[in-house]
Amino acid sequence: MDNFHFYTKLDQTILLGVKARNVRGLLRGVKQVPDSSVYYHTHRFLQQHHYLSPEPPNDFAYWVSHVLGDDALGEQLWSVDIVEFQSIAGLREKFMAILKRHLASTKRHIDCPDGEEFYFMASRTFVFPTTYVAQNLAEFAEMLGKVSINSLYYHMFDAKLRLEHGENDFSRWFHGLGKTQLANETRSLDPYSHTLEGLRQRIVTLVKKYDSH
Amino acid sequence: MIRIEDYVPIAGQAVVEELFLLAERLSGRVIQNINSTAVGGGVAEILSRMIPLLGQLGVKAKWDVIKGDEKFFAVTKKFHNGLHGVAVEIRDDEYEHFLEVNRQNAEDLIWGDIVFVHDPQPVALIEKRGEVGKNWIWRCHIDFSRPDPKIWKFLSQFVTRYDATVFSAPAFAQKIPVPQMLIAPSIDPLSDKNKELPEEKINSVFEQFGIDRSRPVVTQISRFDYLKDPLGVIEAYKLAKTHIDMQLVLAGGGATDDPEGPMIMERVKEEAEKDRDIFVLFLPPSSDIEINALQRGSTVILQKSLREGFGLTVAEALWKAKPTIAGAVGGIPLQITHKYSGILTHSIEGTAHWIRQLISAPEYAAKLGANGREHIRNNFLITRHIKDYLLLFISLFYDGDVVYL
Repeated sequence: MDNFHFYTKLDQTILLGVKARNVRGLLRGVKQVPDSSVYYHTHRFLQQHHYLSPEPPNDFAYWVSHVLGDDALGEQLWSVDIVEFQSIAGLREKFMAILKRHLASTKRHIDCPDGEEFYFMASRTFVFPTTYVAQNLAEFAEMLGKVSINSLYYHMFDAKLRLEHGENDFSRWFHGLGKTQLANETRSLDPYSHTLEGLRQRIVTLVKKYDSH
Repeated sequence: MIRIEDYVPIAGQAVVEELFLLAERLSGRVIQNINSTAVGGGVAEILSRMIPLLGQLGVKAKWDVIKGDEKFFAVTKKFHNGLHGVAVEIRDDEYEHFLEVNRQNAEDLIWGDIVFVHDPQPVALIEKRGEVGKNWIWRCHIDFSRPDPKIWKFLSQFVTRYDATVFSAPAFAQKIPVPQMLIAPSIDPLSDKNKELPEEKINSVFEQFGIDRSRPVVTQISRFDYLKDPLGVIEAYKLAKTHIDMQLVLAGGGATDDPEGPMIMERVKEEAEKDRDIFVLFLPPSSDIEINALQRGSTVILQKSLREGFGLTVAEALWKAKPTIAGAVGGIPLQITHKYSGILTHSIEGTAHWIRQLISAPEYAAKLGANGREHIRNNFLITRHIKDYLLLFISLFYDGDVVYL
């Protein structure tokens, strides 16, 4: 089996010049922006506030709740379970369906105050290798404790949803080592309900447990 | 001299390691920063800190300052005011002089591989591009949310010739056929304004100004101009004070271009004379340590701006883990997520309500402050700013949403 080479990623934020003042505009934007924008607005909070638990909402839910003041719609957008989705396309469809259903069910249309529009952005991701290469589970556990949060994020989140590898990179490697149970337990972790540091500790603990078996 | 390694205990070893890995990708390229002033102002301040750090990372970064006469800087001051919404009239001969000064400077400069132009003053250097080639980036540091249409029409003929542009807040983006990046400014945790201070120093600054640290202190640090709403702050303080004991500190200084500035200053002074618990402090430019101490010793920090460029005083307060209440304008919502890392308000009454809440609920206030500090650690320190600049330079040489370096 190959060694596990830890990669890391850093993001550049791109301004798209697309903005929304109300729910209709939000729907229009969600429909037209590139995948990298849907990804950005559903994952930005997680990365920028990775020390917070429970997880703050996605950008769409936050804006609808706190700027438009529509708690009911905000709650629906908030409750979208990102971990269920295998692709950005599916995630985009889900948000569009919620927004369309809302628009069809209400005559109440609120514009946001001036200056508080929703600005669509996107991220451009730069991936590069770190100096950490693990040859076995013991080394893996030690190195996972040292790499940046960006590296953990890349292998757990980007790999599955954005790069559509099907599952996170760690589970794939554990499978290759014949550690099926460890792979399955890592895959079944809900990465969206931990802080990133909490997630790191959880995986390190699992790896140590199965390494000693 | 501050070393890049000095940031390891603050930002983390892995973050600094990643900066070195990124910097390797720029090996052999010269980054040329160009602006219009060597000292004073935010751009000069950040460049003077960043360029030595880029050098330590192995990036060849240099910094050139364009030369201009009085007339040139009078015109660029008009640009500045016009871009901030003040009515200005610019004559054809002034536009022509602006171009002429840019052309003269372009003749004297020795070009780097990446020409990184800051703000409108040197924007027309891009005219030289056809002759010298290179990669060009224009970085706008100012509030560009509602630029004067005539000035923007003039400037946009140059801006659209760059390879990429950079703005500080989402609202500043323009409809132009050039990639626009978001790079927020940053604070330096090792500067006098932000470094850790011993408790004795904080106490001595409060004693110096006669402020009682045993009672709650609510502070706003900012210039005394209309857009920072010092009179609104006093109103909010009065409303809150009907329920809770507290003192108010309004501290700041510096020049203001606001025509209503002197009148507002008078009103602020009058209010302070009527209430012994209001402290109005006019601080000279060399007061970084005093500002640091005032922020650290306060119970709650306010930044009740009506309009704001980025509002880095909010990042400064959050870095000190202070519960912060601020207007939801400019770059402030990037720094504060309401009820997670601080409080965003839209009115005097809302500000008063949250002052009372935060003074009365110190545990909740402390949680907001702690979250705020982590948010700044991850997103608004100079190490993040360096990372964004390195990515910006590297990005000029790649296509695609996901780039494997």
